[in-house]
Amino acid sequence: MQLPDLPLTAIAIGIHVPDWRAAVTAAGDGLVRSGSTVPGYTKRMIDVIDEFGAYVVIAPGLALAHARPGPDVIAEGLSVVTLAEPVAFGHPHNDPVSVVLGLAVTTGDEHVLLVAELANLFNDPRVIPSLAAATDAAGIRALLGVTAPAREASGVQE
Amino acid sequence: MKIVALCGVGVGTSAILKMNAERALARLDIEAEVTATDVASVQTVGADAQVILTSSELVAHIGKTNADIVVIDNYFDLDELTTKLEEALG
Repeated sequence: MQLPDLPLTAIAIGIHVPDWRAAVTAAGDGLVRSGSTVPGYTKRMIDVIDEFGAYVVIAPGLALAHARPGPDVIAEGLSVVTLAEPVAFGHPHNDPVSVVLGLAVTTGDEHVLLVAELANLFNDPRVIPSLAAATDAAGIRALLGVTAPAREASGVQE
Repeated sequence: MKIVALCGVGVGTSAILKMNAERALARLDIEAEVTATDVASVQTVGADAQVILTSSELVAHIGKTNADIVVIDNYFDLDELTTKLEEALG
């Protein structure tokens, strides 16, 4: 399964955040801007971490922010946030986090396939540090093996 | 043999864990069924499991179980998964 297109609006590079909540909020904002979710989903991603802890930090430096499918998900989507200064999520081994992926899906089955695709990508240990160091959207898309949406590829807004 | 991959909401990180656990099991030449589940269902889904794979953050949410709980730090590190599964199952 292909990962969804990654529009510019879903990418934030080298942003400054004070803490993990702001980092997850930035990933949620990317999903909202790109039309994947409404803001309630961002809060639910934060709630998952408040309830279950920082287990979403699934590898050194990488958080996969997500919540269950729900009415606040308009369409499947992925957002990518890289942090100028890494922040702690409270994970005993994988802190600090420099890359936050926001993931939204409409059904559980879809989620499993999408996440499996992410697993294929990140099994290469070079990908997380390379993402953290990427300086533009093209670099991030190349690392994730995703494309810009057709409207961006054909337009002049790149 | 049954192995459960556990995450908080059962639709995200547990799928990564399941996929990479299956790869590690293939390396070890061990046949096992790996099921992804969430904290709310782990008591039923994991009732007959031999091993529960999860993050250290979620161990406290599992409750009483006869399964071996195996904590995975890096979900993408097949060497870590292989070593820990070999210990748990060997």
